[in-house]
Amino acid sequence: MIAGQVSKLIGSRVKRKEDPRLITGEGKYTDDVILPGMAYMAVLRSPYAHARINGIDTAQAAALPDVLGVMTGAEVNERCSEPFPLFAILEGMQYPERWPMAATKANYVGEPVAAVVASSRAAARDALDLIEVDYEPLPVVVDMETAADPDTPVIFEEMGSNLCYEASDQAGDPDRAFAEADGVVEARMEQPRLIPNPMEPRATVADYERSSGNATLWVTTQNPHIERMVVAQMLGMPENKLRVVAIDVGGGFGCKINTYSESLIAIILAQEFGRPVKWAEDRTEHFVSTSHGRGQAQYVQAAYKKDGTLLGMKLKIYADLGAYAQVISHVIPTLTPSLAPGVYACRDIGWTTVGVFTNKIPYDAYRGAGRPEAAYIIERVMDLIADATGKDPVAVRRKNFIPKDAFPYETPTGMIYDSADYDAALDKALAIADYDKLRADQKAQRKDGRIVGVGVTVTTEVCGFGPAAAMGGLGGFESATVRVDPMGKVTVLTGASPHGQGEETSFAQIVADDLGVPFDDVEVIHGDTSIVARGVGTFGSRTLVVGGTAIVKANEQIKEKAKLIATALLENKIEDTLDPQLVTLEDGLFSVQDMPDQYVTWAEVGAEAYDGQLLPEDLDPGLEAVSFWEPPGLTFPFSAHIATVEIDPDTGEVSLTRYVSVDDCGTVINPTLVEGQIHGGLAQGIGQALLEQAVWDDEGQLVSGSLMDYAMPFAQEFPMFELDRTVTPSPVNPLGAKGIGEMATISATPTVANAVVDALSPLGVTHVDIPMTAERIWRVLQTHRRGRRGGRS
Amino acid sequence: MIPQAFDYYAPTSVADALRLLRQHGDDAKLLAGGHSLLPIMKLRLSTPQCLIDLGRISELRFIGEADDGCLAIGAMSTYHDIKNSALVQERVPALAEAAGEVGDVQVQNKGTIGGSLAHADPAGDFPALALALNFELVTATARSGRTIAIDRFFRDLLTTALRPNEILTEVHIPALPAGTGVAYQKLPNKASHYAVVGVAAAITVGDDGVCTDARVGVTGAGATAVRARNTERILKGKHIDAAVIRRAAKRAGANVEDFNDDLHASAEYREHLTTVFAARAIEDALSRAG
Ligand SMILES: Cc1cc2nc3c(=O)[nH]c(=O)nc-3n(C[C@H](O)[C@H](O)[C@H](O)COP(=O)(O)OP(=O)(O)OC[C@H]3O[C@@H](n4cnc5c(N)ncnc54)[C@H](O)[C@@H]3O)c2cc1C
Repeated sequence: MIAGQVSKLIGSRVKRKEDPRLITGEGKYTDDVILPGMAYMAVLRSPYAHARINGIDTAQAAALPDVLGVMTGAEVNERCSEPFPLFAILEGMQYPERWPMAATKANYVGEPVAAVVASSRAAARDALDLIEVDYEPLPVVVDMETAADPDTPVIFEEMGSNLCYEASDQAGDPDRAFAEADGVVEARMEQPRLIPNPMEPRATVADYERSSGNATLWVTTQNPHIERMVVAQMLGMPENKLRVVAIDVGGGFGCKINTYSESLIAIILAQEFGRPVKWAEDRTEHFVSTSHGRGQAQYVQAAYKKDGTLLGMKLKIYADLGAYAQVISHVIPTLTPSLAPGVYACRDIGWTTVGVFTNKIPYDAYRGAGRPEAAYIIERVMDLIADATGKDPVAVRRKNFIPKDAFPYETPTGMIYDSADYDAALDKALAIADYDKLRADQKAQRKDGRIVGVGVTVTTEVCGFGPAAAMGGLGGFESATVRVDPMGKVTVLTGASPHGQGEETSFAQIVADDLGVPFDDVEVIHGDTSIVARGVGTFGSRTLVVGGTAIVKANEQIKEKAKLIATALLENKIEDTLDPQLVTLEDGLFSVQDMPDQYVTWAEVGAEAYDGQLLPEDLDPGLEAVSFWEPPGLTFPFSAHIATVEIDPDTGEVSLTRYVSVDDCGTVINPTLVEGQIHGGLAQGIGQALLEQAVWDDEGQLVSGSLMDYAMPFAQEFPMFELDRTVTPSPVNPLGAKGIGEMATISATPTVANAVVDALSPLGVTHVDIPMTAERIWRVLQTHRRGRRGGRS
Repeated sequence: MIPQAFDYYAPTSVADALRLLRQHGDDAKLLAGGHSLLPIMKLRLSTPQCLIDLGRISELRFIGEADDGCLAIGAMSTYHDIKNSALVQERVPALAEAAGEVGDVQVQNKGTIGGSLAHADPAGDFPALALALNFELVTATARSGRTIAIDRFFRDLLTTALRPNEILTEVHIPALPAGTGVAYQKLPNKASHYAVVGVAAAITVGDDGVCTDARVGVTGAGATAVRARNTERILKGKHIDAAVIRRAAKRAGANVEDFNDDLHASAEYREHLTTVFAARAIEDALSRAG
């Protein structure tokens, strides 16, 4: 809530402005862009995970009717003045140069090797089959831990090893904590690689004007301004000659942050052949050409006291970066130890993070980016301690919570948690779930031979990025322009780039409340660098927190100037002078207190701002404000989740029977949008716990390379989610908002995992890796049924 | 995912389709719902020069009763047709239910019974039911046609007794004797909903409670769907109780030569699932018998 403001729309379930357009098929996606003379690009990709390219023969492909031409990797790369830039270079890290295409060596299956332009999509595809590449296969490095082994072949010889970095650090005194402990729990935890699947795969259309040297790039991106910066830099072009447009973008989940090779290749081909060029991947291509997420092997040790206190942790985390680092992908694994303390007061932590290169498609941010991996560690650890001490997992968590009066709280890993009340969220979740009854029921069901479990987690995460220091050169601000036109209607330009989240709606709500204009009078424009001068983009739940605040700041300027204009108009009406300080804006009307029947409207103010007949001499015409806002700190939403599961004793299938999600994202602008983020987030997190994993064979081929093989959850597999919230406003922005894009995903995976392990605990099971597929659980049942009985019951 | 260029024909009669088939020979492929054929064409694993679409041949899309009392289903009947047919629901409810478990709504709207059997996907649902229900497959060729017993139909991975010049026109499902219960149970692949393993059972029980006939079809386990003959033998002539089911189910994998071992399930797990779903299908069928 904005201080001092009577709120009407903020907090209410306003229907999404963007839905009528999207639902009736009027949405315009990149693949809908059709330009006169447009040609189509197809990309030939390496079928080998690691191979030298000894030669490419494109003659036959180029000779095909309808084919305009073919360019090889070497030819495309030559047109670039520099390789892909990396941001936030870590101390001591090494990394290979990456160019748009593989010229002499391919390092993962799917790396672009040559590109065709033809006058039809089909002809471009046909031509790919006629390009002959002389590959010399090289040893393939698939497994991340093997990759780190000095005896493993090195992918990039000049680097001498497959390590990007190996960084160790500690906070407090973990050795002392372990020495003082009553016991230590440990586990190796696997975070399989996941394949992000937004509804819309990637696409790009490039148009190049030879006469001016100006280029336009329509592209499926979460951050058109970063895309413009990277592409312009690599092509040696001034930024003001490149326009990047993200029209409707059908989801991203992080995989549309990166600037991909295809953007550069398409512009280069458009330059070369003098035609606009379109490329659109299909789902199968997406699996090997768009970055993946997660992918860690985690060695976890935790020291505890008999009373359930977590004393310290030691972590070793391997992160599979794939063949290259990109944008800030290499930094993502370092977020894992940073957030490993979770919501708990533990101060003594030691960690080593090892980023390794493998012959796989690069990894990048995916809904949570480093934080789900952290929440998973700490929330499994809490259950391991509960199991070891014979205590209830709820009690162990409460014992370790950071108390609510400790905020802002600096963690031993250097994060400053803005605000929280973990007990309140947990209390609410326990009440909704009727936790004590769940446990009583579980006891009875177990007597009947049923395998049932309850999982509880309390988690936090970091979002709302900047400030600049946290952004490694990408910028920590967001921009907003608020413009009132002569009819008194408001146009907002935001540098954020919503692509499904619904900020056209939530931003309009903020403006409507703040200026007192009707919701329908507010238009929100984003995604076009020729309209929105600068921005950072949408990721890490920063759009509302940072972009929304930038709008509030611009509104302040607008209101200030509007009052001056209103003063002039009122003076004209009452034929007297007025002190502008006495003019107030309420419900969209400007007036002075003692003359309630004398007022002016936004339409009058807007008209006067441009007509300018009555403006005082020291006031320039126009009514438009620009704000760049950078947050002073990060926000930390939190949540308490409870899941119940039942396992089929014959097949090992896990059914999720209940899911309670209590989330706190500070001020809620629109509950419907927040719930949408939670529903989708839960689905992704639960999918990760039970189903999803990218599988490679020893040759580095992606075996789970289609939606027929890579299992994502269907809606019918879920119970109705039981949602509620607590509201702990953030002190770091005037909205009090915290961001909700990733929270539910982050919590859902360990919640379901804890429930499954809880179900199996009478068999002596303390940890099972995700995804908890039917076969994996069946195997656990097979090995443990003959084993000891014990554990919590 | 763009197939190689092909010619496309859409005949409106079986006779025309057969003529086209003869004319184009090995270069041609019949197109039914396209939900198996088109994906492999898009991956260019199959590159026919010409497609003969059976979709406009209305004589291939019907569900009715044949003169001999058989339930007759035209080859181009979709899963959706079968799921919603009052006749199928009345005569073989398990078949209608299974149709509703195939893939998703889009697959059910396009996929056909003929395509499913002719394609013989090792994980397809209908092959197991076809074996349990003793389908007779009616075909047409330019010269004549024939009826193929389902037991002689599935030959090998994606290979059936159909000849390249032959069109499957309809399937006949013999009337079930009184006291017969039919059921199909599968573990769906979480990605596609194909059967990781699926078992169909048709069990006939006499007035005295003794099993007089049993046909059990297993899909997903091996290269083709097979009948679990050992299981059937154990069931027949018995008063089926829990112990008999257990014993019979244990042998359900005996007729599977090599269990499939892939991303979705190991051979060992599939072997185990075969016994689990055999037991479930038998139990379920039994509860519907009588
Ligand atoms: C996402 C997805 C999920 C699926 N899930 C399942 C599932 O859960 N269970 C399941 O069983 N199946 C599943 N399928 C497969 C689906 O059932 C197919 O539709 C079916 O196997 C083939 O039927 P069709 O009509 O699509 O045949 P088509 O793909 O058109 O043809 C398949 C083959 O049969 C031949 N053929 C077709 N009709 C005839 C005929 N009348 N005479 C001679 N030859 C013919 C064709 O030439 C071709 O070789 C799935 C498919 C998809 C795409």
